[in-house]
Amino acid sequence: MSDHSSSYVPSNGFTRWLDERLPVLRMMHGQFIDFPTPRNLNYFWTFGGILTFCLMVQLITGIILAMHFVAHGDHAFQSVEHIMRDVNWGDLIRYTHAVGASMFFLAAYIHMFRGLYYGSYKSPREILWILGVMIILVMIITAFMGYSLPWGQMSFWAVTVITNLFTAIPFVGESITQWIWGGYSVGDPTLNRLFSLHYLFPFVIAALVGLHIWALHVVGSNNPTGVEVKTEKDTVSFFPFYIIKDGFAVIMFALLFAWFVFYAPNYLGHSDNFIEANPLQTPQHIVPEWYFLPFYAILRAIPDKLFGVIAMILAICVLFVIPWLDTSRIRSVRYRPLYKPFFWLFVITCLALGYLGAKAPEGYYLLASRIFTAYYFIHFLVVMPVVGLYETPKEVPDSIADSVLGKEATSETAQ
Amino acid sequence: MKTDCLTILRAATLSFTLAGAVAVFTGSAALAAGGEGPHIERQDWSYNGFFGKYNKAQLQRGFGIYKEVCSSCHGLKLLSYRNLVQKGGPEFSKEEALAIAKEATVSDGFDDSGDPKERPGKLSDRFQSPFSNDQMARSANNGALPPDLSVIAKARTYHRHVPWYTEPYYWLYDMATAYEEKGSDYLYALLTGYKDAPSDMTMGDGMHYNEVFPGHQIAMAAPLSSEMVDYEDGTKPTLEQHAKDITAFLAWASEPHLNARKDLGKRVMIYLAILALLLYLAKLSVWARVKH
Ligand code: HEC
Ligand code: HEM
Repeated sequence: MSDHSSSYVPSNGFTRWLDERLPVLRMMHGQFIDFPTPRNLNYFWTFGGILTFCLMVQLITGIILAMHFVAHGDHAFQSVEHIMRDVNWGDLIRYTHAVGASMFFLAAYIHMFRGLYYGSYKSPREILWILGVMIILVMIITAFMGYSLPWGQMSFWAVTVITNLFTAIPFVGESITQWIWGGYSVGDPTLNRLFSLHYLFPFVIAALVGLHIWALHVVGSNNPTGVEVKTEKDTVSFFPFYIIKDGFAVIMFALLFAWFVFYAPNYLGHSDNFIEANPLQTPQHIVPEWYFLPFYAILRAIPDKLFGVIAMILAICVLFVIPWLDTSRIRSVRYRPLYKPFFWLFVITCLALGYLGAKAPEGYYLLASRIFTAYYFIHFLVVMPVVGLYETPKEVPDSIADSVLGKEATSETAQ
Repeated sequence: MKTDCLTILRAATLSFTLAGAVAVFTGSAALAAGGEGPHIERQDWSYNGFFGKYNKAQLQRGFGIYKEVCSSCHGLKLLSYRNLVQKGGPEFSKEEALAIAKEATVSDGFDDSGDPKERPGKLSDRFQSPFSNDQMARSANNGALPPDLSVIAKARTYHRHVPWYTEPYYWLYDMATAYEEKGSDYLYALLTGYKDAPSDMTMGDGMHYNEVFPGHQIAMAAPLSSEMVDYEDGTKPTLEQHAKDITAFLAWASEPHLNARKDLGKRVMIYLAILALLLYLAKLSVWARVKH
């Protein structure tokens, strides 16, 4: 894919001069103008573009927020309120950043389920997928650190609960936890390092996204049929076809985004975070942001702290190995009658875990979290390998062009 | 053989998930029956929803209540006197706001011999809190701390008592109607929620029974009663009216730029909608060239 010949022609003296020294415009032209892209992508393939948009929004709003934020236990809360009240457009910048985090995760989760459904993690896209899993891991850490910065009650206690998990490490847990805190409890030094890293990590994400897109452009996009691109008939050029489609999708997404920013900016937040951090008073319920709830449910489903932490980490890290856990010969769930119900069961499981993460871990709720946690892992460790071995897939089209144009048409001159 | 194996797997996972669903269901049913926290009514606020805006007259009445009643115990330290003049707020005239500011005494550094100086407030000053520290506030209030009210309307909420399978409906409903005013609902319910304690409840020393306060025992005596504060605009000074007005004022204090935000939001949404339409038409015409 990346070795397709670029149709770039420098248009003037300067670009010709540049092209002989640093062919960056040629590269951009090849990757984003005439890059051959499957002609049958549906709107689920626009979420990569949407995620790029989200990352840019977070970077821009975040850098502006950092100009006004004070990373100090006595001033952080007030400085955020100062942004909301006194900085020009400050309330919109902050709300865009806060809502943006939720939108980012919404898009990332849809993007991931897309990958799971169409088998985009399968060969030859393993590295592309693994880079994605690394991105979601860093995103989770970044969002968690960002949420701590306003130093409200929920910020403070979320940091306390999560950093305390490190004490579960045998022998050295205590020392590691104090090293992370920079003291004997969560405090000013903790807040400072959280801020420092929260500023750093988005650039790590940006670098990973660069590699992610590079990897994508080496192997090319998968598509709803899961059949690899075979001939030119299977593709269209990225420009104008997918630029315009992605652009439309980004604006539709921006409409939802704007609805939250302008009309429900605190809807996804928690009211306790408008109370200043108080180390002496534990909130009644400590609940993470919605996008962490499934993982939180898994953490609390396990009676042992150490194993709870391990299960929570494994819940994400198992994704690293699914290219090798999935034994199916074909990619797209569209043609996998046996696996399809399991896929939807898995989606329900994730939603259910999200619901349960917000509930107190007791009685039937706890029981349900355990059952769904079990299925979460069974899905990857048992269902994926076993079903793939036994399944007889439905008939898969010979080529993308076939599936779009019908068999007869492909032999003729199809555009 | 193959299919047997799969049927077992399929049945096992399905029953797993079903069991989970049943557990959620029974769990929520049990909770809903027992109830967690009091019932709080959703109110209609001038500032909720897509077209919501603060009502200037109501904010002025609310400020009157704050000044005459609440300010003797509660601070509003994130507000400045100049905010009272700002658009989208109570919109007092500059003179009125200055007169309000001047009633406060503000510390003003030290004089040449090192003694603390004081001066009357200016528009640029923050609201002065009634107590200079928490200890003083507690000792004046029977050990309880009257919280600063600057963001109180966003710092409180309540749990709706609905069966779990209707919860997503309410989430979507609040989201679609742009309803973020659960904090206001709570404040209104708190201020109108003082009742006689049930006979089987032993009340702590200096505590008052309140229907919606967590635990029902609150250290603040009912701060409002009907006709407590005079209204110059002819509004009937009932307890409910007082409670609504002070709540609206506190909501504004928590979210002073709401009017401007919702205003701009409409323009942004219309702009985006038109852009989306144009892009969609462009997309249709570009893609009309190929089958897909
Ligand atoms: C005599 C002093 C006093 C006055 C006057 C007063 N309060 Fe309070 N208020 C308190 C104290 C003390 C508390 C702490 C109660 C507790 O924690 O039990 C409190 C708590 C509150 C709370 C927090 C309740 C919660 O959910 O935690 C609100 C809201 C509140 N007051 C609003 C008001 C309003 C509005 C007014 C004016 C109409 C007012 N108060 C007047 C003393 C006062
Ligand atoms: C900052 C976050 C991310 C950005 C900006 C991003 C960006 C992109 C872009 C632009 C594409 C191509 C367009 C598309 O197929 O949608 C893409 C494809 C892909 N992404 Fe991501 N991505 C992100 C996170 C993730 C995550 C978390 C995963 C999975 C764990 C992932 C897995 C994939 C896969 C497998 C593809 C190829 C899909 C296919 O060709 O079918 N990405 N990504």
